[in-house]
Amino acid sequence: MNYLARWQRPGLNDWQGVGRLTDLRYEIDRLFESPFAELMRTTQLLSGWTPAIDMFEDKDNFVLRVELPGTKKEDIDLSLHDGSLSISGERKSEDKYQDSEVHRAERFFGRFQRTISVPAPVSPDNIKAQYKDGILTVTLPKTEEAKPKHIEVKVG
Amino acid sequence: MKATLEKEPRLTGNNNQRQEFVAPPVNIFETRDGYVLEAEMPGVNKEGLEVTLEGNEVTIVGRRSTESVSGEALFRECGRADYRRVFDLDPAIDTGKVAARMEQGILTLTLPKSERVKPRKITVSD
Repeated sequence: MNYLARWQRPGLNDWQGVGRLTDLRYEIDRLFESPFAELMRTTQLLSGWTPAIDMFEDKDNFVLRVELPGTKKEDIDLSLHDGSLSISGERKSEDKYQDSEVHRAERFFGRFQRTISVPAPVSPDNIKAQYKDGILTVTLPKTEEAKPKHIEVKVG
Repeated sequence: MKATLEKEPRLTGNNNQRQEFVAPPVNIFETRDGYVLEAEMPGVNKEGLEVTLEGNEVTIVGRRSTESVSGEALFRECGRADYRRVFDLDPAIDTGKVAARMEQGILTLTLPKSERVKPRKITVSD
């Protein structure tokens, strides 16, 4: 009985029975579309999991967005060392379904770690982090020296 | 390989505007009482979630409510497409009792089996 586990009406799309295999094929297809980001995801299939990160920069801040769905706030660690921001922690699986029959197991659990080098000096005391809807947002304010200066030049 | 990609259920044509969906990874467990489905949809909250039961199918759609960040993107790895995935339902599921919960980007869908089909112990009377 594997009804629920079927993922598309067979008439509409090619029937693809094994989820993980399908994902792998999809990952391989995508690898050719956008090599860099997807490479990360492909490695993830082989060696646990690596959360995806977006990084933005404006004149005052660096902003990082880390996808950590289903992680507990207290299981996320952030540290800044020598201009490298390290995000690590653990996503724990719940034991409550351990005795049940597993139809699909596509989610990854266990430890994760990523280190991002921050391109300009930031003030460590003013770093803010917020965890909402499974996304960790870290705001790193640049130090005064690192902010772009606007120098007015008077042409006389 | 391109041609195969076009047929992926994750890419759905939407009249003239092409909308891209990504299938969220799921875990599905079956217990005596029913099924539990967990789907990972970071960036989706209660308001962006749509669970539709129709016939013997359940469709999960999650729309991201992630606010855009000002400034220049130094790198982007997070997907921006919304989530969508369709499952056929076991006829044993009591569709009137399906419940959904959204917590930190994880959808937990509880699909109880109807009383009729649950395994039941019959005590033998003397």
